Amino acid sequence: MCHQTVGLIARQLEEADVPTLSMTSARDITRAAWPPRAVFLDYPLGHTAGRAGEPELNRAIMVDTLAAFEAIDEPGAIVDLPYRWAESDGWKDTVMRPPTGDPGGEWVDDRVERYPDPQYQEVADEVAAAATHAGRECAVCVGIDL
Amino acid sequence: MAAVKAAGREPPVNYVDRTREQYASLGYGEYRWAHEDDPPALVPLTKPLAESRLGLIGSGGIYAVGQTPFTFRDDTTYRAIRSDIDSSQLRATHFAYDLTDARADINCVFPIDTLRGLVEAGAVGALAPSLYACMGGIYSQRRVREELGPQLVARCLSDGVDVVLLVPV
Repeated sequence: MCHQTVGLIARQLEEADVPTLSMTSARDITRAAWPPRAVFLDYPLGHTAGRAGEPELNRAIMVDTLAAFEAIDEPGAIVDLPYRWAESDGWKDTVMRPPTGDPGGEWVDDRVERYPDPQYQEVADEVAAAATHAGRECAVCVGIDL
Repeated sequence: MAAVKAAGREPPVNYVDRTREQYASLGYGEYRWAHEDDPPALVPLTKPLAESRLGLIGSGGIYAVGQTPFTFRDDTTYRAIRSDIDSSQLRATHFAYDLTDARADINCVFPIDTLRGLVEAGAVGALAPSLYACMGGIYSQRRVREELGPQLVARCLSDGVDVVLLVPV
């Protein structure tokens, strides 16, 4: 759904005369939302711009991404990057499927509840946010009071 | 029918189909994905990226220490992140992806160090002073179009960006 949201925003930016490029790891959703330019990296969700602790790889991915940004001249084009997550594409079998990878198998509802309150990564972050906001308007947290 | 799995590549995961299968199996209603039939506008770059001010919008639920994080229920707010922030001050919170790697290295979903490295190398002119983070996982496409989108567009325009890189998760 993030890919859809970002696709819609990319179109709005471009309509405001700002050139955009969207990275994506969900090619079908991006194609449906159809942003002006996209680069597809065939990694699992959560790695749209690369892998943890691999700055050289991530830099190479970004160099290729920016090259596509300059090269794409067809509205809605998607450039496929050559990088692979692993030697086997077996990780794709269990994405949003039962742990066995068999759609006929037993499904586990691993979706996270849609909590209506702010979700802190660390307990200490809540203390830090309280300190930032104490009695005054926040200078950095734009948009939270809509 | 099962395909033979060699070392070869498999096609990209079809998330629309998988979501439909998953929702059906768990007894949830079907979700209607956005499907744009009209091609997008395409504005040519006016100068090379090496001379451009680049904006970044990431939808992975990123916030900086000191900010209030996002909620998990159709949160259409955003956070402005200073582009010179130490990336150890960035956090990720989201309901729809495995956060393990993003929390170990935020560059997986918000490539701030990666981009700063390329600015240093001269491949990108500069980063905009503010980068933006949002939640992305918003069911209502209308709310994205009417609430979140126009605010981010306005911010990018007032920041004077030349181009914007978007990173969904």
